[in-house]
Amino acid sequence: MRSKLFTFIAAAFFLAACGTSAEDSGAGTGSGTATTTQPSTSSAPTVAAIPGPTPGSQEHLVVNVGDRVFFDFDKSDLMPAGRRTAEALAAWMNNFPAATITIEGHADERGTREYNLALGERRANAVHDYLQALGVQSNRLRTISYGKERPAVLGSNEEAWAQNRRGVFVVN
Amino acid sequence: MLRFFVGPASRLFALTLTLVVVAGTSGTARAELVVDITRGFVQPLPIAVTDFDGSVPEETNFGKDIARVIAADLERSGLFRPIEQGAFIQDPATLRIAPKFGDWRLINAQALISGATQLQADGRLRVEFRLWDVFAETQITGLAYFTTPANWRRVAHIIADAIYKRLTGEEGYFDTRIVYIAESGPQNRRVKRLSIMDQDGENHRFLTDGSVLVLTPRFSPTTQEITYLSYVGESPRVFLFNLNTGQQEVLGNFPGMTFAPRFSPDGNRVIMSLARQGNSEIYDMDLRTRKITRLTDHSAIDTSPSYSPDGREVVFNSDRGGTQQIYVMSSNGSNVRRITFSAGRYATPVWSPRGDLIAFTRIYQSEFYIGVMRPDGSGERMLAKGFLVEGPTWAPNGRVLSFYRQTPADARGGVASKLYTIDLTGFNEREIVTPVDGSDPAWSPLIP
Repeated sequence: MRSKLFTFIAAAFFLAACGTSAEDSGAGTGSGTATTTQPSTSSAPTVAAIPGPTPGSQEHLVVNVGDRVFFDFDKSDLMPAGRRTAEALAAWMNNFPAATITIEGHADERGTREYNLALGERRANAVHDYLQALGVQSNRLRTISYGKERPAVLGSNEEAWAQNRRGVFVVN
Repeated sequence: MLRFFVGPASRLFALTLTLVVVAGTSGTARAELVVDITRGFVQPLPIAVTDFDGSVPEETNFGKDIARVIAADLERSGLFRPIEQGAFIQDPATLRIAPKFGDWRLINAQALISGATQLQADGRLRVEFRLWDVFAETQITGLAYFTTPANWRRVAHIIADAIYKRLTGEEGYFDTRIVYIAESGPQNRRVKRLSIMDQDGENHRFLTDGSVLVLTPRFSPTTQEITYLSYVGESPRVFLFNLNTGQQEVLGNFPGMTFAPRFSPDGNRVIMSLARQGNSEIYDMDLRTRKITRLTDHSAIDTSPSYSPDGREVVFNSDRGGTQQIYVMSSNGSNVRRITFSAGRYATPVWSPRGDLIAFTRIYQSEFYIGVMRPDGSGERMLAKGFLVEGPTWAPNGRVLSFYRQTPADARGGVASKLYTIDLTGFNEREIVTPVDGSDPAWSPLIP
């Protein structure tokens, strides 16, 4: 899981460096899961040539923490990788005390609309509760469920669904 | 009185002739055609729908249009087979005097519709129709309507309902509308708009502009109002939409998401889910006082509530047993019992307006199904299936359902989502043609 997380961060870093929006970097992360760290490393000089993201911004969060966690099918408990991401997010929020976050809960398309709205709500809240347990003030966290209405990765296959069962952090 | 034929019958489409002397009329005997609709598969009844006669071209044109809409309604029900007009022998002008029943028997018409249109001095349109039993050589019914000419479609649907009711013994459902979510664009940028149309897809209208995510509209059973979910201000809330005034109004202001709304049978309350700390519970709101009553109290997901037509019970979706299944409780929240026990997951229960069945979505082995079962969970039957079918809704007569079916997405996120109707028996699946894709259909009651 650690290497996958590293790949994820590296890919996000690579995409952020290319100047894509946060939303696009999420989609790109999905399609780029097979990418090894090699291409990212080779693009490192390009990254150095571009000014870093504004501290405390969405882009900064994506680069330093990652902006999402994933869930198993029909589940809302954080997996080990997701907990590590949430822990990094809690630390990041400690560094930027003015930052507030919206946690979006999402589901894959293999469920019914209303149930998935409830499931997305439960997922967003699972992240909220974990962050709160880590000491983040609840008034800095807002949750919203989009159910299956806003997939990040296109297609109707297991890979896409796994990437779409997610909690996403958006800096307000 | 019309009678139903219960149980297996070798003739799928029974025809019975009953002599009824109606007191106070001219004393003509009325024989009645009856369509047996209790069987799974029915042979549609051959019916001749003639162009309604008129004296001037404008009247004749209305007459043709009205006949066309009536024939299309009857044909789509799957219970009637309108005969090609080219086969007709008798012309509308002489038909206006009296049917030559031999001419209609020759082309195997069992029922005949004749009619006339007449523009009145006050600008209104008079539309009359007669339904004839060709073999008994009698008039079954005859009625006249006055309306503004712009309303000719509604008159056609009302006449089709009258014909349907006389021949099947059940209420019609043609003078109704369907509200739904119009969809366009790829998966991740899907634009969703609240939309409304007649049940045959005509008079289509977008009610929202697509800038805000809207989902799950439901018709009031008593008023021209819709309740639905809107993400106005990126805050998912249950709204009311008044179709007469166009006014939209949020229902209450709660700290968490409100969703999955549905009207009570009397139209005075909305039952819905309210999420608090990630937990969805079912609440009932009195629309006059806006007071809410909590009906479930469980850490599981409780959503998609639907009242029984007598208002005494609520069927809903919960994963309190580990996976999403269907439960029934009393309308005060007591006496909760699970009614689905077969393999797979169950969702979106909707109580039939007749009360005898509950429609649902079932997810089993990577396929989605639309099915029906009795309120105790017995007698389960699957009506439709697909990669994704969801969201059944009942026509007001409890005979026909609508739902939507979505295709798998291609690599670019392209999906197709279409609305369908299907007979309770699982036969006669038809697409409702819409300007763009559609989902979440909700049938109106008969328009008052």
